[in-house]
Amino acid sequence: MYVYDEFDRTLLAERVREFRDQVGRRLAGELTEEEFKLLRLMNGVYLQLHAYMLRIAIPYGTLSSNQLRTLAHVARKYDRDYGHFTTRQNIQFNWIKLEQLPDAMADLARAGLHGMQTSGNCTRNVTTDQWAGVAPGEIEDPRVWAELLRQHVTLHPEFSFLPRKFKIALTASAHDRAAVRIHDIGLRMHKNGAGETGFEVMVGGGLGRTPFIAKTIKPFLPKRDLLSYVEAIMRTYNQYGRRDNIYKARIKILVHELGAEKFGREVEEEWQSIKDGALALDPAVVADIGSRFRYPDYEVLADNPPELAKARAEDRQFRAWLDNSVANHKVAGYAIVTLSLKPEGGPPGDATAPQMDAIADLADRYSFGEIRVGHEQNLALPHVAQRDLPELWRALSAIGVATPNVNLISDIIACPGLDYCSLANARSIPVAEEITRRFRDLDLARSLGPLHINISGCINACGHHHVGHIGILGVEKNGEEYYQVTLGGRADEAAELGAILGPAVPHGEIADVVEDIAAAYLELRERPDELFISTVKRVGIEPFKERVYAAR
Amino acid sequence: MPLVKAGRVVEDRFVRVLDDAPVPEGTAVILPATRLIADARELAQRGGPTGVIWPNDRRIAELAPYLDWLALVALVFPAFKDGRAYSQARILRERYEFRGELRATGQILRDQFLFLQRAGFDAFEVSKEADAAKFVETIHRYSVFYQPTGDGRPSALRARASRAPAPPLVPGRPEVVR
Repeated sequence: MYVYDEFDRTLLAERVREFRDQVGRRLAGELTEEEFKLLRLMNGVYLQLHAYMLRIAIPYGTLSSNQLRTLAHVARKYDRDYGHFTTRQNIQFNWIKLEQLPDAMADLARAGLHGMQTSGNCTRNVTTDQWAGVAPGEIEDPRVWAELLRQHVTLHPEFSFLPRKFKIALTASAHDRAAVRIHDIGLRMHKNGAGETGFEVMVGGGLGRTPFIAKTIKPFLPKRDLLSYVEAIMRTYNQYGRRDNIYKARIKILVHELGAEKFGREVEEEWQSIKDGALALDPAVVADIGSRFRYPDYEVLADNPPELAKARAEDRQFRAWLDNSVANHKVAGYAIVTLSLKPEGGPPGDATAPQMDAIADLADRYSFGEIRVGHEQNLALPHVAQRDLPELWRALSAIGVATPNVNLISDIIACPGLDYCSLANARSIPVAEEITRRFRDLDLARSLGPLHINISGCINACGHHHVGHIGILGVEKNGEEYYQVTLGGRADEAAELGAILGPAVPHGEIADVVEDIAAAYLELRERPDELFISTVKRVGIEPFKERVYAAR
Repeated sequence: MPLVKAGRVVEDRFVRVLDDAPVPEGTAVILPATRLIADARELAQRGGPTGVIWPNDRRIAELAPYLDWLALVALVFPAFKDGRAYSQARILRERYEFRGELRATGQILRDQFLFLQRAGFDAFEVSKEADAAKFVETIHRYSVFYQPTGDGRPSALRARASRAPAPPLVPGRPEVVR
């Protein structure tokens, strides 16, 4: 956990006062909607189809139990008893009233939560691996660097009115769970030949209507230079990024138009003139931030205790969950538990206020009061003693967050789509719900192995369809909802964009198409352990296309 | 449009001169960038303060050769959301050490004042009278600044380093906002 000190708390309180003043001026007619829009967006307030939506940041995906209870409280008091976890370690409330927003923000601020810069043309929530600090083999805890970046970009006077939104993600594990290559800046911690730790810096990743995988412009950046180098990238972007066309304003377009090499040279030149200034990181300053990440006082325990072995042997359902949703922890005797927010027939990523309260209590009892939020729209309890797993499983099952479908075909990432969003062309949630019903048989889902479906309701790609193993994009044809399918995308360390399978299909057929693709994979794979994504890579799109479109 | 300097609304002593108009001797003037560059040799010798209005889509490095005799640089915010001139301002102040008047012009609302000041602006052509009147109040909205700029305000990272260690907080407990 990162613990806020008096500086962080003062700034949040000042932010709430400022926002209260801005809402007051809007309600009094002193600000036009156009003027207010920029101000509300920088506090995470959108105007959606039916109401204002409030997006709250969960920096680097770490929540305390008290913070999760506060989110439950906001859902209950100001919204309709639920919240929606997004693909960028945020939570959204969909039914908030403008007049009540300042009070909701004040309640959140008391728990160290806020909506600052969760929208608008500024640096968004800095995200990282939801297993940061507990994953075996991790180089070091990337959250310390995420927090340094969070502070640096929060209310940055130079970069609050960028050409477009700006997203930064970090990872410090060999397996990238933070999708860094589809971010404006992706940072991968690694060691150089001399054994020093630093960052590979990638820029210009992003999805939307012109998707790009980020390109490396600095293979190794020393730690001391992280802030100055990011500043140099942002200064280059702020001055030269396009502002004439909203669809060409992201940094990915600038990087593409200049070429990564030329862009990198511009950045390098800017960086050389600032790298030894006030932004050079003193190890003492880094240590001070690091010291405010509190780690649990773990017990000395052995792996695979008798309680666990017994339950595993005796209870088939427990075993299915254990094998699916529980991962190794860096400390012996502990485990990382993923809580699936993808129940059969439910909207991906939603949690009710009672669920949030119950999860907070379980975190206190079993996970040192800590909860994580991942970009796959699931939660995790990061520090569970293995002996407690059977008990925890029963408690999680009772509140509906122990569906053993993590990383399987029904663990779908989806945007809110046309049910909520004013930009959408088609609904996403009902498609996701229908697919989870089709694959409700977990033996079938398991036989398909890890398989990620991503659904976006429009080309803005909030559901990251380009990087889904199966990507589904909602489009509109003559007033009807159609869906275009891509195959072979991935968001991890081997990030790649999917290829289009063929013509879009109507709403009534999209779940059938997914079933056809799954059946084709079972026929086409070489061995039972050849992953879906590997089969697509090996055989290409055509054999899938033939099977899907043969009867259409 | 009210001009705010040192926290107060003041009279603007500078006169804007268009591209072809004669430059009055002895008067403080603001010229377009093209005019400044075309007539730099004569302008450097004239009596009276000379300023320039520099577009936000032109490299600020081009202005560097003239800075030692310019009294004022005005940077432009064609729209509230167009933030290019924040970078230009910081480069002028922090890299070229420009010490003359740095003026923000265009669509300027009170909610930008603090950002503008932190980027190095010290004069503000404010769009609304009501915002100009609230200048001092608005720039004191915040007392904590996470990042260093050239404005001299200490960043939280530095401020933390120079304070006594805070008492440890217990994660998961409610924290009080001051």
